Amino acid sequence: MTSTVDGQLPGVALTKSELLEMYRLMVLIRRFEEVAAEQYALGKIAGFLHLYIGEEAVAVGAIRAMDPEDHLVTHYRDHGYALALGLEPRRCMAELFGKATGLVGGRGGSMHFADASKHFWGGYAIVAGLLPIAAGLGLASKYLNQRRVAVAVFGDGATNNGAFHEALNFAALWKLPVLFLCENNQYGMGTAVSHASAVREMYRKACAYDIPAEQVDGQDVLAVYEVTKRALEHCRNGNGPYFIEALTYRYRGHSMADPETYRSKEEVEEWRRRDPIVLFRQKLLAHNVATEEELATLDRAVEEAVAEAVRFADESPEPDPATLTQYVYADPITVH
Amino acid sequence: MARELTYRDALREALREEMYRDERVFLMGEDIGAYGGSYAVTRGFLQEFGPERVRDTPIAELGIVGLGVGAAIGGLRPVVELMTINFALLAMDQIVNHLAKIYYMFNGQFTAPVVVRTVEGFGQLAATHSQFFENYFAYVPGLRVVAPAVPKDAKGLLKGAIRGNDPVIFIEHSLIYRNRGEVPDGEDFVLPLEGAEVRREGRDVTIVSWLRGYYLALGAAEELAREGIECEVIDLRVLRPLDIETIVRSVQKTNRLVIVEEGWKSFGVGAEIAASVQERAIDYLDAPILRVASVEVPMPYARNLERLVVPNKDKVIEAVRAALYQRALVPVAR
Ligand SMILES: Cc1ncc(C[n+]2csc(CCOP(=O)(O)OP(=O)(O)O)c2C)c(N)n1
Ligand SMILES: [Mg+2]
Repeated sequence: MTSTVDGQLPGVALTKSELLEMYRLMVLIRRFEEVAAEQYALGKIAGFLHLYIGEEAVAVGAIRAMDPEDHLVTHYRDHGYALALGLEPRRCMAELFGKATGLVGGRGGSMHFADASKHFWGGYAIVAGLLPIAAGLGLASKYLNQRRVAVAVFGDGATNNGAFHEALNFAALWKLPVLFLCENNQYGMGTAVSHASAVREMYRKACAYDIPAEQVDGQDVLAVYEVTKRALEHCRNGNGPYFIEALTYRYRGHSMADPETYRSKEEVEEWRRRDPIVLFRQKLLAHNVATEEELATLDRAVEEAVAEAVRFADESPEPDPATLTQYVYADPITVH
Repeated sequence: MARELTYRDALREALREEMYRDERVFLMGEDIGAYGGSYAVTRGFLQEFGPERVRDTPIAELGIVGLGVGAAIGGLRPVVELMTINFALLAMDQIVNHLAKIYYMFNGQFTAPVVVRTVEGFGQLAATHSQFFENYFAYVPGLRVVAPAVPKDAKGLLKGAIRGNDPVIFIEHSLIYRNRGEVPDGEDFVLPLEGAEVRREGRDVTIVSWLRGYYLALGAAEELAREGIECEVIDLRVLRPLDIETIVRSVQKTNRLVIVEEGWKSFGVGAEIAASVQERAIDYLDAPILRVASVEVPMPYARNLERLVVPNKDKVIEAVRAALYQRALVPVAR
């Protein structure tokens, strides 16, 4: 394999700095998650913590393809999306620590990251619940004659839920600019797709609503980027929704409490052989986009950023008890 | 100046005025457009405002509310209609787990100002179509629950709901759409979403209710007045936030309280009122707080049986007498 121009990949319209940024974000997500797991073991993080390790290429590829004005809602496995959007690792970590400096002030924790300034309207913890909301965001965009697409990120498990089907029908019926991005990581908690879904390929479910759909290798960040870019154009140009199924895998348990009785070590190893970061790294090196040295520099910077995020989270104050009842209602209440 | 309007027309006026005032306001629900609305509240709206702003939806309650949530986050002012409150059960996840949580859970970063209009009532519709679920919603922090009884409130509170920034469950009643009442003129007649109203003053017994129950309370009060028993009648208007102070002030005067509710008594709105009143005013009470409520059965179809289930004026009168110890204190309608 050779590239025609150093610093570029053949057939990929991304600059070297963009490619390196994608690499950095994938490594950042990986390290952030590994360190979050350590901090969980230390008792600094509690509750549900759903790690994204193994799936980094999906978030990074998809977010890179989005416009800054596009809407995003995700499931509870949301750290990767927040980091890929460029949200500060320290504020993400602080949220996991339940600190006042967290993305949502310690109110949401791992499952409810959000940042209105990025039009990231939140991670949602009720499986499939975000799908009608995404359709509503698409409706707002269309109603207001905006060119924003609403991107909905969800798992394979969500496709068996009624909310999924209601949302797809609405989006197709009203030709809403919604990109349905399904991360098929082969399991919903401990239940394999084959045990939960009559149709094994998630993207085929979209045909019931006449929504164009395709599958993509979710371990290949550039493939995810390319298909997302195309899908977003489709939606943006008034053609209605689009459906992408990204085939991927989570290396870790569903959450920190997972006994992992439902899959074999061999299966996990098999998937690890197609690790999204390793694959991308190899590609960047093979095409002389970057040197080992350049990538190592990025790795070290990520290491430092994650360590700093932990320090920041640790040293940050807890939420002020006086704020406990703030933000239940936006308008005043005077009766008691 | 004021005019007399029906409850239905008051609602229609509120919706029309708000749709003309603010282009972001749109309606979405089952059969609200071409069909004109199951209770004709939106009749003619499709012709007047077009299909972008008056959207007939599939029969998908969860989706209807969920799209409302997303549309509100995206900058619109959705007024979504759930054909009846019985079907709201299918939307419970979006209402409770999403709509009610967004402002708090995301630390006040954004709101989801959705108005969910729905209606309860009965009329030989049998078990699944004759239920009263205001307590399901009034239980949830983050929601405002409005239940207007009179046309003035129907209009003013609906406009307040649409203009406000909080999610609102707006509950109407199928048996009072034709009731008439004075409604102040002017598009600026907007009411805040809180506060009960004392609609009839009296010294002997306080009767608290809302929606159709208010009319039963009023009827009972008028009849009892003929024999010199003066009831104070409070229309709650808004169930969450609950205006307990107004009730307590009244009880401090009358020392007796009867609550009229159409839902089942157990775990109902009346239970909440009774508990809150005794917390603040137990020393003022000269009799147990009594509740007039539905008999605890799934609603039967047959006319005679249905009549036995729901509260009526006579049951309210009996309860008032019991509160005055004019008759034995037996639990009403269990
Ligand atoms: C409505 C609902 N039911 C059950 C759960 C518990 N639960 C949380 S995640 C999950 C599995 C979801 O799997 P999938 O959609 O494939 O997403 P993944 O976790 O694999 O990314 C379940 C059952 C939930 N959060 N919400
Ligand atoms: Mg899954």
